[in-house]
Amino acid sequence: MSNSNNIFTKFKELPVDGMTKTIVVAVSLCLVCSMVVSFAAVNLKNIQEINKAIDKQKNILQVAGVYYEGIDVKKTFSSFEPVVVDLNKGKFTNKFNPITFDDKAAAQDPELSISLNDDPASIGRRTNFATVYLLKKEDGSLDKIILPIHGYGLWSTLYGFIALEKNGNDIFGLQFYQHAETPGLGAEVDNPKWKAQWKGKKLNNDNGELMITVAKTQKNKEHHIDALAGATLTSNGVDNLVKFWMGESGFKKFLKNLQNGAA
Amino acid sequence: MSQTRKQLLTDPLVDNNPITLQVLGICSALAVTSSLNVAFVMSLAVIAVCGFSSLFISFLRHYIPNSIRIIVQMVIIASLVILVDQIIKAYAYEISKTLSVFVGLIITNCIVMGRAEAFAMKNKPFESFIDGVGNGLGYSLLLMAVGVIRELFGSGSLFGVMIFEPVSNGGWYVPNGLLLLPPSAFFIIGFIIWGVRTWKKSQVESREYKIQTIKEH
Repeated sequence: MSNSNNIFTKFKELPVDGMTKTIVVAVSLCLVCSMVVSFAAVNLKNIQEINKAIDKQKNILQVAGVYYEGIDVKKTFSSFEPVVVDLNKGKFTNKFNPITFDDKAAAQDPELSISLNDDPASIGRRTNFATVYLLKKEDGSLDKIILPIHGYGLWSTLYGFIALEKNGNDIFGLQFYQHAETPGLGAEVDNPKWKAQWKGKKLNNDNGELMITVAKTQKNKEHHIDALAGATLTSNGVDNLVKFWMGESGFKKFLKNLQNGAA
Repeated sequence: MSQTRKQLLTDPLVDNNPITLQVLGICSALAVTSSLNVAFVMSLAVIAVCGFSSLFISFLRHYIPNSIRIIVQMVIIASLVILVDQIIKAYAYEISKTLSVFVGLIITNCIVMGRAEAFAMKNKPFESFIDGVGNGLGYSLLLMAVGVIRELFGSGSLFGVMIFEPVSNGGWYVPNGLLLLPPSAFFIIGFIIWGVRTWKKSQVESREYKIQTIKEH
């Protein structure tokens, strides 16, 4: 019998409940399991990232109203121009590469974000730089502006996009690409009929005051979105997050500058 | 032998169903049954985890020291669950968005642990694998049954395909919002257990006490 075999048989003959065997089994099991898990995580990461990116692009197409079943997402997406906006100044910035810039990571970075005292959308920190998408017409003029928005609903943070017409005041659409609200109640934010309400509403009144509201009772037809039945807290969340991102701490400055040609 | 193997697979479906008879794994049955797509992927995940964890634990059963056996079982189950979670994220991204939290919770599903401890630690690998798959199937069967009721009457659709046109889309059906909330799954599972025990009298547990009338003089 060879030497290595000896060690193996010796190990096999050890009492199952002995200290040596317990430790050897525990350590080797942990090693094997951690290798399997990390192997899977590393190998599947690429596919997962691609899925995530395509999903986000698909949602941008949907909110801009150019998506239909079976479309080539990547190709159509190339007509959108991603740009990074400095929210404090309300201007475009070329400090970052808009294709690789990660808003969510920036919101965690103390140098690229601010902690919010007045925080209606319950997001904790707000990034100073956000990636917006500009849909251009064939002649190169601006068609639609797609802005990222997020905020807390009932169970989860809702991540989405709002699409505005080129005047920066008329809403074209709103769409959430990530949330975990109650199916059938809060998750009705995905209901096409509810989303269709947003089209044509105006963010601000003629004096430039932010008026858009999600509520049960209608005050002003131009700025009113019907709240979801049975989902008061999700509706409040959407109301808060839209007001926050379209307000002074959000994109208002940028939208104003864009109209004046100062962005 | 093949007869018993077949029994290992089919017994947990009705006669020894992990949910209706043993009343295990209720928590996840409440959480994932409001839409059938999600319930279906969850079912596949539990079948896979339950089968393979039983298989691996059975392979190792002579080497697992008694003092750390629960931890060893948990490590194997948890690794498999992470594996399943990663695969779902890579190949069923849409569903993973709603399911990810619950996939993680398979680790705490009492059915998986229960089969490992009660069966796989004492039986051969292949039998243990069949037993795990069988129990996963039993869990899935109930999950799908509850899911059909909840999605059909709660949102008017099955697998996301519209069956009853709900009022919110301009149809006639007023969805029952209660069915979309977790407590409704409790009621439905309760009714199913009642039904199964009426059909299979042998599953009715004997009374622990009996109320008697005492004659007064």
